[in-house]
Amino acid sequence: MSDARPPLVELRGMGISFGGVHAVDGVSLDLHGGEVVGLLGHNGAGKSTLIKMLSGAYRPDSGEIRIDGSLVAIHSPRDARSHGIETIYQTLALAENLDAAANLFLGRELRTIWGTLDDVAMEAETRTVMARLNPHFRKFKEPVRALSGGQRQAVAIARAIHFNARVLIMDEPTAALGPQETQQVADLIVQLKKEGIGIFLISHDIHDVFDLADRVAVMKNGRLVGTAPTRAVTKDEVLGMIILGTCPAAAKPGPGAVAADSG
Amino acid sequence: MTEAAARREPGRAFGDLFRATEIDARLVGMLGALALIWVGVDVASGGAFLTPRNLWNLSVQTASVAVMAAGMVLVIVARHIDLSVGSILGVVGMIMGVTQAEFLPRYLGYEHALIWVVALAVGLLVGAAIGLLHGVIVAYLGVPAFIVTLGGLLVWRGCAWWITSGRTVAPMDDAFRRMGGGIEGSIGAGWTWIVALAAFAAIVWRTLHARRRRQKVGFALRPVWAEAIVAGLACLAVLSVVLVVNSYNLPPRVAERLAAARGLVVPPEGLAIAHGLAVPVLIAVGVAIVVTFLTQRTRFGRYVFALGGNPEAAELSGVDTRRVTVLVFVLMGTLCAVAAAISTARLNAATNAQGTLDELYVIAATVIGGTSLGGGLGTVAGAVLGALIMQSLQSGMVLMGLDTPLQNIVVGVVLVVAVWLDRLYRTRALKGGAA
Repeated sequence: MSDARPPLVELRGMGISFGGVHAVDGVSLDLHGGEVVGLLGHNGAGKSTLIKMLSGAYRPDSGEIRIDGSLVAIHSPRDARSHGIETIYQTLALAENLDAAANLFLGRELRTIWGTLDDVAMEAETRTVMARLNPHFRKFKEPVRALSGGQRQAVAIARAIHFNARVLIMDEPTAALGPQETQQVADLIVQLKKEGIGIFLISHDIHDVFDLADRVAVMKNGRLVGTAPTRAVTKDEVLGMIILGTCPAAAKPGPGAVAADSG
Repeated sequence: MTEAAARREPGRAFGDLFRATEIDARLVGMLGALALIWVGVDVASGGAFLTPRNLWNLSVQTASVAVMAAGMVLVIVARHIDLSVGSILGVVGMIMGVTQAEFLPRYLGYEHALIWVVALAVGLLVGAAIGLLHGVIVAYLGVPAFIVTLGGLLVWRGCAWWITSGRTVAPMDDAFRRMGGGIEGSIGAGWTWIVALAAFAAIVWRTLHARRRRQKVGFALRPVWAEAIVAGLACLAVLSVVLVVNSYNLPPRVAERLAAARGLVVPPEGLAIAHGLAVPVLIAVGVAIVVTFLTQRTRFGRYVFALGGNPEAAELSGVDTRRVTVLVFVLMGTLCAVAAAISTARLNAATNAQGTLDELYVIAATVIGGTSLGGGLGTVAGAVLGALIMQSLQSGMVLMGLDTPLQNIVVGVVLVVAVWLDRLYRTRALKGGAA
């Protein structure tokens, strides 16, 4: 993290409140290419809200977002996508009545020279991507409703990685998956990392994150407790950050950290 | 999917064959229901139903509701509803009536060639503007469509009355009246055959084109026999419609007058001049094709379905859901104007009560046609078929001499039963798909 290049993503002083409650308050966090940052915290700590500001789903009240060092304005999911930021939401955000190809290309459909939808081309590309993620997948003609949890997850992931993402946000990506599928997602993360993609991995379960993340960032009550290289801290220390808001010595404390002497 | 599950042993082979054709099983079920109604009513009315004349009339009577049902599919698929379509039809019909019967003749004189064009254009614009207003209130001000269009139901009906203080406007321009059918509003046997040939060509082209596209990227193709059967059935359907409308002849007197006007000699056995397809039916078919194209082949249609399936997902995928919602209502308003033209032309008058209760028939037709009120599911073809089923029931009951209250009871019961059957089918189809 000491290289001279600016980070891929820089969040500075991000804040948003809903009805007077500060859901996210002054959070600063960065992400480099080829790095996996695990974003941890209890339910309601503000992880998903923070990330939704980056993915364009929410508009921040304060703070700025820099991509490759330059300030960008992200007002909508479309803006985020145009900066190469792709998100896999916890809810997957799939239209269950449409098939895999329609979901994969939703919002950026392939079109024929007549301007009409090129369903055949979209299905062909979908078959290629899905072959990589889930080789046994066959239900290309069926609505997503008819797919299993793992298959849906694969569609959501395919949608995120198919368009040359530079930043990938994964919100609880393995919450609905069995052990084998979880392993598949883990393998994929390692592979994407090698391709130089920066990944935010959000979870409330530190075991999911510990093996995959290069750094962990912990949030509590909407504020950043601190960040730490995963190698330099133990699971217990990270649990302490999540539960108590205390910062171990190896971590870089944030504004949400409880003062060392009172902890 | 259900075919094989329902009849494991003997039905299996048939189910597989049926699936190979990729025919929509729902649509087949609806056609079956329609056939049942037709035959049943024909028997009960002593053969008065399945005559070229009655079927021709049925097609004309269905046109107006079918046009609006095509638009209602998109409204309901997008998780909205439009309760105001009957009132929009009323007010737009009244505006078109006043435009052609009272306003334009002052400047152009009666029966000027431009009158019908201007009147229709004014109507379409007003319809689109009303839809735009509804859409903006729903999408940007966040008032539920149920309430916006319930308000619209009262407002536009009131406006229809207000324009002429309740006075009926008549007669309509002669050229305009062609949109309503009748003798002048039919295209004759020759043109009907030309339309049919165009339809055959389109069916064959579509089949070949789709096949070529799939071949190019190496997808599995439907067996040739299946393609042939599907295309053949479609052509057969077109052919039977042509044969029916071409065997409904003009009344002998009218035919003689027509022959005299063209200087033809009337043969001693009398003249047989067929009506052919009615203009309103052509309009309705045209609308159905255009809206089907919108739903299946354009981004707009894809977004309407995505919005209906999961509004949040559509939003997060970068779809401008508000704009899509507005466009859906603009389309609905425009189609109400088309329906108003058909209905005003057919009646040869604009009345302030025109289209009353049409919202219920349109919604019923759409829902019977398989559009789910939960959003995200529905086809235009189904809705048009639904309109035909509703109209068949109603005309049939009139032919059988049933009292109006009893007619209403039957229609109401049929609506509920149809939706219940659809639900049963869907639940089973989904289980079959997931297994």
